[in-house]
Amino acid sequence: MTTEVGSASEVKKDSSQLGTDATKEKPKEVAENQQNQSSDPEEEKGSQPPPAAESQSSLRRQKREKETSESRGISRFIPPWLKKQKSYTLVVAKDGGDKKEPTQAVVEEQVLDKEEPLPEEQRQAKGDAEEMAQKKQEIKVEVKEEKPSVSKEEKPSVSKVEMQPTELVSKEREEKVKETQEDKLEGGAAKRETKEVQTNELKAEKASQKVTKKTKTVQCKVTLLDGTEYSCDLEKHAKGQVLFDKVCEHLNLLEKDYFGLLFQESPEQKNWLDPAKEIKRQLRNLPWLFTFNVKFYPPDPSQLTEDITRYFLCLQLRQDIASGRLPCSFVTHALLGSYTLQAELGDYDPEEHGSIDLSEFQFAPTQTKELEEKVAELHKTHRGLSPAQADSQFLENAKRLSMYGVDLHHAKDSEGVDIKLGVCANGLLIYKDRLRINRFAWPKILKISYKRSNFYIKVRPAELEQFESTIGFKLPNHRAAKRLWKVCVEHHTFYRLVSPEQPPKAKFLTLGSKFRYSGRTQAQTRQASTLIDRPAPHFERTSSKRVSRSLDGAPIGVMDQSLMKDFPGAAGEISAYGPGLVSIAVVQDGDGRREVRSPTKAPHLQLIEGKELDKAQEDILKHQASISELKRNFMESTPEPRPNEWEKRRITPLSLQTQGRKGDHLFKDILSVKEKYLMPTTRTVEEKAQETDKSSHETLNIVEEKKRAEVGKDERVITEEMNGKEISPGSGPGEIRKVEPVTQKDSTSLSSESSSSSSESEEEDVGEYRPHHRVTEGTIREEQEYEEEVEEEPRPAAKVVEREEAVPEASPVTQAGASVITVETVIQENVGAQKIPGEKSVHEGALKQDMGEEAEEEPQKVNGEVSHVDIDVLPQIICCSEPPVVKTEMVTISDASQRTEISTKEVPIVQTETKTITYESPQIDGGAGGDSGTLLTAQTITSESVSTTTTTHITKTVKGGISETRIEKRIVITGDGDIDHDQALAQAIREAREQHPDMSVTRVVVHKETELAEEGED
Amino acid sequence: MGTPGEGLGRCSHALIRGVPESLASGEGAGAGLPALDLAKAQREHGVLGGKLRQRLGLQLLELPPEESLPLGPLLGDTAVIQGDTALITRPWSPARRPEVDGVRKALQDLGLRIVEIGDQNATLDGTDVLFTGREFFVGLSKWTNHRGAEIVADTFRDFAVSTVPVSGPSHLRGLCGMGGPRTVVAGRSDAAQKAVRAMAVLTDHPYASLTLPDDAAADCLFLRPGLPGVPPFLLHRGGGDLPNSQEALQKLSDVTLVPVSCSELEKAGAGLSSLCLVLSTRPHS
Repeated sequence: MTTEVGSASEVKKDSSQLGTDATKEKPKEVAENQQNQSSDPEEEKGSQPPPAAESQSSLRRQKREKETSESRGISRFIPPWLKKQKSYTLVVAKDGGDKKEPTQAVVEEQVLDKEEPLPEEQRQAKGDAEEMAQKKQEIKVEVKEEKPSVSKEEKPSVSKVEMQPTELVSKEREEKVKETQEDKLEGGAAKRETKEVQTNELKAEKASQKVTKKTKTVQCKVTLLDGTEYSCDLEKHAKGQVLFDKVCEHLNLLEKDYFGLLFQESPEQKNWLDPAKEIKRQLRNLPWLFTFNVKFYPPDPSQLTEDITRYFLCLQLRQDIASGRLPCSFVTHALLGSYTLQAELGDYDPEEHGSIDLSEFQFAPTQTKELEEKVAELHKTHRGLSPAQADSQFLENAKRLSMYGVDLHHAKDSEGVDIKLGVCANGLLIYKDRLRINRFAWPKILKISYKRSNFYIKVRPAELEQFESTIGFKLPNHRAAKRLWKVCVEHHTFYRLVSPEQPPKAKFLTLGSKFRYSGRTQAQTRQASTLIDRPAPHFERTSSKRVSRSLDGAPIGVMDQSLMKDFPGAAGEISAYGPGLVSIAVVQDGDGRREVRSPTKAPHLQLIEGKELDKAQEDILKHQASISELKRNFMESTPEPRPNEWEKRRITPLSLQTQGRKGDHLFKDILSVKEKYLMPTTRTVEEKAQETDKSSHETLNIVEEKKRAEVGKDERVITEEMNGKEISPGSGPGEIRKVEPVTQKDSTSLSSESSSSSSESEEEDVGEYRPHHRVTEGTIREEQEYEEEVEEEPRPAAKVVEREEAVPEASPVTQAGASVITVETVIQENVGAQKIPGEKSVHEGALKQDMGEEAEEEPQKVNGEVSHVDIDVLPQIICCSEPPVVKTEMVTISDASQRTEISTKEVPIVQTETKTITYESPQIDGGAGGDSGTLLTAQTITSESVSTTTTTHITKTVKGGISETRIEKRIVITGDGDIDHDQALAQAIREAREQHPDMSVTRVVVHKETELAEEGED
Repeated sequence: MGTPGEGLGRCSHALIRGVPESLASGEGAGAGLPALDLAKAQREHGVLGGKLRQRLGLQLLELPPEESLPLGPLLGDTAVIQGDTALITRPWSPARRPEVDGVRKALQDLGLRIVEIGDQNATLDGTDVLFTGREFFVGLSKWTNHRGAEIVADTFRDFAVSTVPVSGPSHLRGLCGMGGPRTVVAGRSDAAQKAVRAMAVLTDHPYASLTLPDDAAADCLFLRPGLPGVPPFLLHRGGGDLPNSQEALQKLSDVTLVPVSCSELEKAGAGLSSLCLVLSTRPHS
C-alpha cells in the first residue's frame, strides 16, 4: 500500500509539471489515441489471458508476452530511437524514456516490477519530462492517469485466482476512472484538464481490452442520515475515499470534511472508515455496510457555509438526541423538537397540525405526552422561521449541550473503575457516570499512545513542575484502544492544527509511517468553504418520523446473514484469499503476535505496562505538588473552547473573526482582562508564537525565541553553547532531558516499524502520537507566563535523579543502525528591558484569569494510573553512546553574509563517527564573556514527534538594562538512514530564520552520531 | 437554554426562611454550634430580606421559621435551582432533611419542575453546587458525595457537571462564587485556591478569577433581577463583616455592589448562598 500511495503521488507531481505541455499537445494526442485504440483490439485478442485457475507464474508469462506483442503492435507509432529503449522496459532498472510505450506496457510492468515501483516511476517520469519530444506527451499523460488505479487493482489480482465475470469488468472500469479522477481532485486546474482527456481515452481503451483487468466490484450500502440507503458498486480494492466521495456527491454535499463513514465492527464497536486505506482491508470480512455520520462536530455550526451541511448536521444531532447519546433536559428536548417541527412542517397550522400525532416523531429517547405538548406549544412560537433558520436555531441550541461533539469511549481507570473517555474538539474529557472528573485539553497533552488494550496520555507538566506524567486507561480490548487513539489523533489534528501533520521529510524520516489524519483540518475546510460558489442547492427535508429510529442504537451494520448474501464480493473474498491470509489475521489478533514480530518491542512494552513504576514516582509527584503550590498565583488561562483569540486569527479567514460566537466573545473578554494586567509585550510574544506554530508543521522545529521587539534591537550573541555536551552524559540536566525522549522514541518507533513492516497497520497494537510539537503556542504561552512570575528556576535538580532511575532499561534498546542527529539552533535577540519588574505587582491582587486550561498545577490524577515519564525514557543510551571509535570532525562555518548556503562539503565518512557541523554567526562579540547578566528565567520545553525530539531552552537575562532572550532549540532526529548534515544545517538555519525573522541566528550545530556496531546493517 | 452565561443570576423571586429561636440555643442543631445572638441574627436576616426586596426589586417569599429546624434559614442547602428546574437535595445531616419539605412546597407553588433525590446513598448540600451560567461544579465535600453529584448531572443534562474535591469543613460555595458571568471569585485559603484550580482544569470555558482575602467574601450572589440592560447586582458581605475584601471586590466592574452583613448567622454556618434561594419564574423569557 505504502508504495502505491507513494507512487501515485509521485506521478501526480509529475503530471502537474507536465500538465501544461500536455494540454498544448491535446489535439495531437487525441489523434494518436484514436490510432492507438484502433490497434488495440487485435493486440488484445492475441494476448488474452487464460481463464480462471491460472498459476501466477504462467500469468506473468502471459502478461509478459502480451506486453511484448502489444508494444510491437504499437511500435509503429514510436520513433525508432524510442523503440530501442523499449526493450529495457522489462528490466527493473531503467532509464528515462521508457514511457514512450503505450499504456498497456506500462501497466504490465507495474505488475511485474512492483517491488520497486517508486523509484522507477520517478525516473521514468523524469526521463519523460526531459527527453521526450512533444509528441510523446500523450503517452505520458496516460501513464499518469492510469497508474494509480491500475497498480491498485492489478497487483492483488495477479496473486489471486481470477474468476470475475466479464460483465463486471466494464462497470469496474468506470469506477476506476472515476476514482482516478477523484484521487486527483486536489490537483491544479492544469492537471484536471489533462485528466479530462485521459478519461475518454481510458474508457475507450478499456472497452477494447476488457479482459485484461479482472478486478471485481462489490456492492456497498450506506445508510444516510435521513434513514435512506444509498448503494453503489465499488471496485473491490477501492479506498475509503472513493466511497466517501461518492456518497457526498450523491448527497450534493461540499463541506464534507466534517463527515465520515462508519462501519460496525462488532455489536458494540463502530469504526471510522479510513479514507486513505482500502475499504476491504478495513472491513476484513464484514459486509460492506456503512452509515454516513458526522465525524467532527463543528463547534460553531453557524460558520458552516451551506444550509445543506447544517441540515445534515441537524439530522445527525436528531439521531444523537433520540438515541440518548446527546443528553438533554426536558426543556431542551422540547425546544429542539419544536425547531425540528418548524423545519419539517413549517409554520404551525392548527388545522393541519392540530391533528398530527407527534408520537410519530422522536424528540427524546423516552418521550412523554407532556413533552409532545411542550413541543407543539413551542412550535407555535416559531412562526415565520424558514426551514434553514429553524435548523440554525436548532444547532445554536444543540451546540451548547455539554455532550455536543463528545465521542465517548468506555474504559477503566487504573483502579478498575468504569469511566468514559470523551474525545472532543478541545481535548479529552474523563467522565465517571455522568460527571466530568477530569479534563485534558489538547495543549496539555504531549503524547497519546496505546499499547495492547491500554491507552496512555502523557501530560505536560504544569508550569513549575518538571515532570510529565503519563496516565493510563484500560480499554476493553486492543482494537478499542487503537480506535480511541485514532480518534484522538484525528480530533487533535482536525481542531487544533492548521494543516494535517505531514509525514516527516524523507531525509529525516526513516521510521515507519503511522496513522495520521490525512483529511482537511477545520481550518482548511473553513478556508475551502469560503470558496464554495454555487447557488444554495435544493434539497428535500425528509420527515424525521420514526422511520429513522433504527439508525442509532443498532445500526444496520450488524452482521446479518441475509445481508451478507447481498455482498458476493465480501463472501467471495474469503475463498479468493484462501485460508492462509485469514489465519494470519487471527494470529495477529492474539496477544502473542508481539513476540513474533520484533524483539525490540518487548522491553519497551513492559515498561509501559508496568504499574509498579507508579509507586516509584509518587515521591516525585509529591514534590511536584508542593512546587505547584508556589505557582498557583501565577496561573493563567489558555482559553481554548475553540482556538483562542490569536490562534483564531490565524486559523480563520479574517471575515470570520468578527463574528461573535459562543466561545469567541468569551475569549475577547478574557483577553481584554488580560490586557489590562499583562504587559503588552506579552501579546507580542504570543503573536510570535503564532508564527512559530504555523511553521512548526515541519519535522524540524527550530529554535524559538521570542523577544519583546519594541525597543531598538541590540543584538548580541552568547557564545556559551551546549555544543559538545551532547556527547557527554553529565553535561547538564537540561541536556539530559532533551535526550531522553529520543531514546524512548527510537525504541517504540523502531519496534512498531518492524511490526508493521507489512505496511498494513490495521493490526498494529502500538501507536503513538505527539500532538505537542505542533501546538507550540501553548508552550510559548506557558513559558511566557512563567517568565513573568518566577525569578529563579529550580528546574535542573530532579531530572538527574529521574534519569538514573531509568537506567536499567537502557541497554536492550540499542538500535540497529540508528543514527541520531541533533540540530541545535540558537537564536537570540536582545531588546531593551522594559517589561521586567512591573509585571508581578501588576498581577498582585488583580483580576487574574486563571481559570483557563493550563492553569492548575495539580494534574488531578484522580483517574487513570499515574506513572512517570521515564516509563518510556531511556536516557542512558544517548548519553552513553559515545562511540567506541569516534572520529569527530568539526566544521565551523563563520560567515555572516551567506548563511543560508553552507558549502562545506562532505567530511569523509568513516565507519562510525560523530560528526558535528557548527554554524556560528560572526556577530559574536565580546559581550558574552564578561557580564553574564542576571538570569531572569530559564525554561526548557521538550516536544516530540514521530522521529524527532525538539527541545527548546529559553533563557532570559538582563544585562545593564538590556533584556536578552535566548532560544536554544535542539532537535534530535532519530533514524536509521543517512542524513545529509549540510542540508540539515541549512534547513535548520533557514527555518530558524523564517520563524524568527527579527531575531538573529547565532549558532547552529549539526551533530551526528552513528553507531559503529550497526554500520553493516544500513 | 438561553444564551450561555446570560442565564446566570436571572431572577424574579427570592426565597428565605425565618430564623427560629432554636438556632440561638443550639439545642435543635445539637451540632455544637457556638451560641449566637439571636436578636442580631434575626436583624441580619431581616436586613437581607429587605435588600432583596427593595434594593434588588425581587418578589420575596419568606417561609416561617420552624423551631424544630434550627438551621432552616440555611435553605440554600435544600435545593439547586436552574432555569425551571429545582432539584430538592438530600442534605448530609439527617437532622436537616426535613427542611426540604417546606422549600419543596414553596418552589412547587412557584411553578418549578421539582426533581427529587430518591437514592438513599446520595447526599447533597445545595451549597456545594456552583452554577456558573455555563456549567455546574459540584464540590465533593464532607457534605456531598459522588452519588449526590451524579444526580445533579442527571437533573441538569444540558450542562457539564464537574466534580471538585473540597477539603476541610467548607462547602464549595463557602470558598468561591460567581462575581459575574465570566468571573469566578475565590477566597485565598488553600482549600479555595485548590478548588479553583480544579475547576480551571475541568472547564471548557475560560473564566477570569478574582482572589479575595476572605473565603467568606467569595460567597456572594450575582443577581440579575431586572431587564437585560440594567446592570446586575452583586450581593456580598459588607465592610462590617469582612473589611479586607472590600477593596478587591471593587475590581468587579459592571455590577452594582450591594453589601449585606451576616456575621452572626455565619456562626451557624450560614453564608449568602445558603440564606436565600433565587429563581426566575420565567426562566426562558
